[in-house]
Amino acid sequence: MFQTVALSGSRGERQLFSDISVTVKPGTLLAVVGENGSGKTSFLRMLCGLLSPDGGAILWQGKDIRQLKELYSAQLTYVGHLNGIKDELTPVENLKVSACLAGDESSNGIVQKALEAVGLGRPVHRLPSRVLSQGQKRRVALARLWLSTRPLWLLDEPFAALDTAATNYLTQHLQSHLSHGGMVVVATHQEIALPPDCVQHLRLTR
Amino acid sequence: MSQPSMSEALRGVVRRDLLLAMRHRSDVAMSVFFVVIVASLFPLGVGPEPAILRMIASGVLWVTALLACLLSLGRLFTADYLDGVLEQTLLIPQPLAVLVVGKVFSHWVISGLPVVLLSPLLGLQFGLGGDSLVVLTLSLLLGTPTLSMIGAIGAALTLGLRGSGLLVALLVLPLFIPVLIFGAGAVSNSLAGVGSEANLSLLGACFLLSLAFAPWATAVALRIALE
Amino acid sequence: MSATGINWFKYSSPQAFHPLAGRMIPWFAAAAVGLIGVGLYVGFFVAPTDVTQGDAYRIIFVHVPAAWMSMFLYVIMAVWAGIGLGLNARPSFMMAQAIAPTGAMFTFLALFTGSMWGKPTWGAWWVWDARLTSELILLFQYIGIILLRSSIDDLRRADRASAVLALVGVINVPIIYFSVRWWNTLHQGASVSITAAPTMAGTMVTAMLVMMLGFWMYSIAVTLARMRCVIVERERQPSWGKNASIQEVVEAR
Repeated sequence: MFQTVALSGSRGERQLFSDISVTVKPGTLLAVVGENGSGKTSFLRMLCGLLSPDGGAILWQGKDIRQLKELYSAQLTYVGHLNGIKDELTPVENLKVSACLAGDESSNGIVQKALEAVGLGRPVHRLPSRVLSQGQKRRVALARLWLSTRPLWLLDEPFAALDTAATNYLTQHLQSHLSHGGMVVVATHQEIALPPDCVQHLRLTR
Repeated sequence: MSQPSMSEALRGVVRRDLLLAMRHRSDVAMSVFFVVIVASLFPLGVGPEPAILRMIASGVLWVTALLACLLSLGRLFTADYLDGVLEQTLLIPQPLAVLVVGKVFSHWVISGLPVVLLSPLLGLQFGLGGDSLVVLTLSLLLGTPTLSMIGAIGAALTLGLRGSGLLVALLVLPLFIPVLIFGAGAVSNSLAGVGSEANLSLLGACFLLSLAFAPWATAVALRIALE
Repeated sequence: MSATGINWFKYSSPQAFHPLAGRMIPWFAAAAVGLIGVGLYVGFFVAPTDVTQGDAYRIIFVHVPAAWMSMFLYVIMAVWAGIGLGLNARPSFMMAQAIAPTGAMFTFLALFTGSMWGKPTWGAWWVWDARLTSELILLFQYIGIILLRSSIDDLRRADRASAVLALVGVINVPIIYFSVRWWNTLHQGASVSITAAPTMAGTMVTAMLVMMLGFWMYSIAVTLARMRCVIVERERQPSWGKNASIQEVVEAR
């Protein structure tokens, strides 16, 4: 179970949000919505532990993530604005490295199945990533979710740059993750097509 | 819940960087050619008299290796920073300092090791013989990884800043000076017929000291840069 | 804290520190002028002429205290930097920011006066001896910290990055001193030290210590003044929903 307690944050000299307290239970998705510049990305990065909040705390299973450090990092998969893939490596190589560094299964077969699940066919698997389109690179980045065995997923605008087919694949996969007791926090502009009883909304305003 | 072991994470980081280097073999060549060209500038500037060249050899070759390391620091973290891989590296559930050692090691293999292997040839160009060549190679073998580790701190502090190339030089050169003194000192002592064990031991001490502290300072600096 | 009648923690907030510093500066400035005046008088007029170096040695009364100050200030700056990083305290970072330029100035002064001393003594405007070379490298370290801070726009990152650099640099300072001395020993050995008996006449020692004290007073006065500027500057940056808390800034707006 995942909680923020009276979280407040700022970027530079600008106060973004204050006193955010929210609980995310297993099987729930928290959709963080707000205008551009309202601090959605900063909020997500705080949840990752990459950014320090001005005040308040983030708790995982009741313990402060600043105390847990690596124990907490082992619980999450983060897909941020940047794809985190190397242009010079092929999608298969990129995913194998990510999976290996996450301690997940990284055999060729499993990686290729993950790529196919996001709609990237075999011909693309062995091309250097720099020849892929933005949408395709985004899919490679998201394919890590098909390999991840971690309970908490933090996603920053995952649906941007995806077409309808890929959006459906991702939504179905999120649904499957939630039904296995996982948790998802998504920063998004779009409505997510999931049953309302497993979706919470958090609106960030200045 | 999955977690890579420390050696798995380290090997993963090193393997990725070495794989990238194989795709960009020019990176290795660049360090080598830089050192060759710059070392050749000195005889062109100072004159080809063998006596003078022997006298300046230790300093020239060491400064050249140092500059090569300095210039390659931009490649240590910047690419990973720009494509989001660095962010993901910070989220690997192993101590960041250990992963930094991995990155610096692969960086050294690509930029520093070729210079070490080339150094006997350069030494010959400057009229160094037998023992001094061995001492030169040994001093660079101990010194270049130390320079890479110390340089990583500067690279991490200036990550993503404009003008970072010059700024990193300014930050890091004062930290390089002791290594330069001991390294060049080892070679000049050997040329003078005095033993170089003292200088080499001091170089070794610098290496161990930097291994103990620099990766941790670099990790702190990386977290600051990625906030 | 109530036993002393003063709540010191109140002054750790910039708003309270600003007027307090304003009141303290004139006292330190006056003390600085007084002590430096006395020190220079004793050093230049009262202390006896040196047997070997004649009157040219008198520049030592500026050179040595300046060199000591440059080192002390670096360590103090690093201590504030460390406190800032450890406690995540902005005022500590501001202190480190305020000290750096003064430290750099003393380093430059030490180099300049060292050079002036060198000309009549060794016949050259610059000699690569251990002390002067170490001072030069210290100057580079100061400049590095100042430039790093000015290259980073984000205040929090600038604070923390320059703090890390200061701490790394403070570890480097003894290593530099050792390695540069290893490299060259030519500079006149320390003739005033806390443990060894001074090899200089009593008045010379007095003059140097008075100068040191004067430089300390000067450093404190200037650092306090710079802190005030730093505080006002940081308050002046536009921030949504935050009211200016320093009276002067409110009036300026």
